[in-house]
Amino acid sequence: MAGYRIERSTRESRWFAGFLVLVLAALATLPYWGGPGDMRLVSEMAYYLALAQLWNLLAGYAGLVSVGQQAFVGLGAYFMFYLASELGIHPLLALALAGPFAAVISLPMALAVFRLRGAYLAVGTWVFAETFELGVSLIQPLGAGSGMSLTPAIMRQIAETRDGRDLVLYWVSLLIVTVILALVYWLLRSRHGLALTAIRDSEAASESLGVDTFRTKLMIYVVTAACTGVVGAFIFLEKLRLSPESGFSVNDWTVVVIFMVVIGGIGTLEGPIIGMLVYFGLREFLADYGTWYLILLGVTAVVIMLKAQDGLWGLVAKRFNLHLFSVRRHLAR
Amino acid sequence: MVEWLNILVQGAMLGGLYALFAVGLSLSFGIMRLVNIAHGDLIVLSAYFALMAVNASNLPALTTLVVIVPVMFGLGYVLQRFLLNLTLSGGLLPPLLVTFGISVITENALLQAFGPDIQRLHAGAIETASVSFGPLAVGVYPMLVFATAVLALAALQVVFYRTALGRAFRATSDDADTAEMMGVDNRHLYAVAMAIAMIFTALAGVLMAIRTTFDPASGPTRLIFAFEAVIIGGLGSLWGTLLGGMVLGIAQAVGAALSPTWQILAGHLAFLLILMVRPSGFFPRTRD
Repeated sequence: MAGYRIERSTRESRWFAGFLVLVLAALATLPYWGGPGDMRLVSEMAYYLALAQLWNLLAGYAGLVSVGQQAFVGLGAYFMFYLASELGIHPLLALALAGPFAAVISLPMALAVFRLRGAYLAVGTWVFAETFELGVSLIQPLGAGSGMSLTPAIMRQIAETRDGRDLVLYWVSLLIVTVILALVYWLLRSRHGLALTAIRDSEAASESLGVDTFRTKLMIYVVTAACTGVVGAFIFLEKLRLSPESGFSVNDWTVVVIFMVVIGGIGTLEGPIIGMLVYFGLREFLADYGTWYLILLGVTAVVIMLKAQDGLWGLVAKRFNLHLFSVRRHLAR
Repeated sequence: MVEWLNILVQGAMLGGLYALFAVGLSLSFGIMRLVNIAHGDLIVLSAYFALMAVNASNLPALTTLVVIVPVMFGLGYVLQRFLLNLTLSGGLLPPLLVTFGISVITENALLQAFGPDIQRLHAGAIETASVSFGPLAVGVYPMLVFATAVLALAALQVVFYRTALGRAFRATSDDADTAEMMGVDNRHLYAVAMAIAMIFTALAGVLMAIRTTFDPASGPTRLIFAFEAVIIGGLGSLWGTLLGGMVLGIAQAVGAALSPTWQILAGHLAFLLILMVRPSGFFPRTRD
């Protein structure tokens, strides 16, 4: 084997990393050259990309197809609202604390739903989310069925003026998505990533090679729960209003996210990015058609699952042998 | 005391409806290892078909079953043969996400066609009639639903254990490849299994539409009830689904007696409790 070495990054992946830094820099300066509408759109794209990347990690790599991630969006948001409005904690600190909170809740949940296999796990996670939604709507201090709002006094802790708050929240959204993307990337490059890729390709084979699939999956479940909790807290910090129905909405926080990942390409890091861009691109044209838009997304997802399981990115990657994130290992001279 | 006995009986009767929800889901899982995420939406679709039939013909609601059952039977065959069969060779994700897509498509198509209004079917005097057993008054309609569930399960039992078709089902469930080598056409057999599952879906949909209100978005809740009944009863067990449905129905009835807002939540909590203490349900048969 003399003369060979294992390479992680490729020429394309180095170019792409540079490109991502440029995109991030451009987006970070957006407030100085774009309008408030642009900022709102980019921050929505950012949190959806984060949700998509997290669901992809869970379903595409760890094989945990959850239809219940809205549980953590809602729990993170409610925790943040409660800390900020009842205990007077700074909203941004409350936002960060939503992560550990969601992680703590997700651990006993995991032990229950992991008793279900495959598709039954999907419905099991959904039952949990429904249970939380119904449970929260009975709790008076959380506003019961009508929900909670963040008052102007609370929001002034972030910045005095409205423009100042928009600016801070915009940067926070970029920070969240960057940290989550970096975390997922790092996870996949680490030895956990090797285990995850093995589990993705064959759970039985990876187990026989000594991968502790239970522990790996548990870790991924808890990590994604924590991150989803923070994203959820952020989404409703921006919306200022939270109700059981909006916080635990399966359509907004899970269905749409699954479509993004499936259309873009499940089990790759590039897929969710493509899927998110396609989703927002189509939405620009079809948003007025509400139900038809969702029907179209459903049909697209079905066709992709039948004809091109690796999604749009899979088609590109196969055709050009192109991999933009260096999570693979190559043998090179 | 009588009051609580009454609640228990009402809950158990409601369980008959939940068993009908559950049988279709259990059947498709038992035979082709397919978990149909669109199951609840197909129940609601049957209810809307019945609504259309009643509006078009003015026939009594229950007689629409004569039309709805064959329609759903055919739809089941076509759906499995030409769509779902294509997903069965490639692991966990394709069947899950394809049925998930069908669920979203059905829900939004119903929303587009009928709007978001809450609907209900009326069956006349039978809805409110009741029979007294000593101090207990039990509704005629809930009893009818429960009896339908028991009869339907018994019929399925006969098909499974007394006919050549049932033998093929059991063989394919045990080992699909070997069954195919013995001359079973699995693609056709799966389509027949889904068609039979849809008979139960149609029954469940029409009987539900008379008992409770429904709207285009009520499919997922039906899927969850069906799923809870299947897991409580034990995967793959026919009579287990009846028991699971009854446990769920009783939990909901007890919850509703405490406070109306507790009905569904109590069912979920009972399910989660059973999942914790007895994860394989009461009568597990199939291993997944």
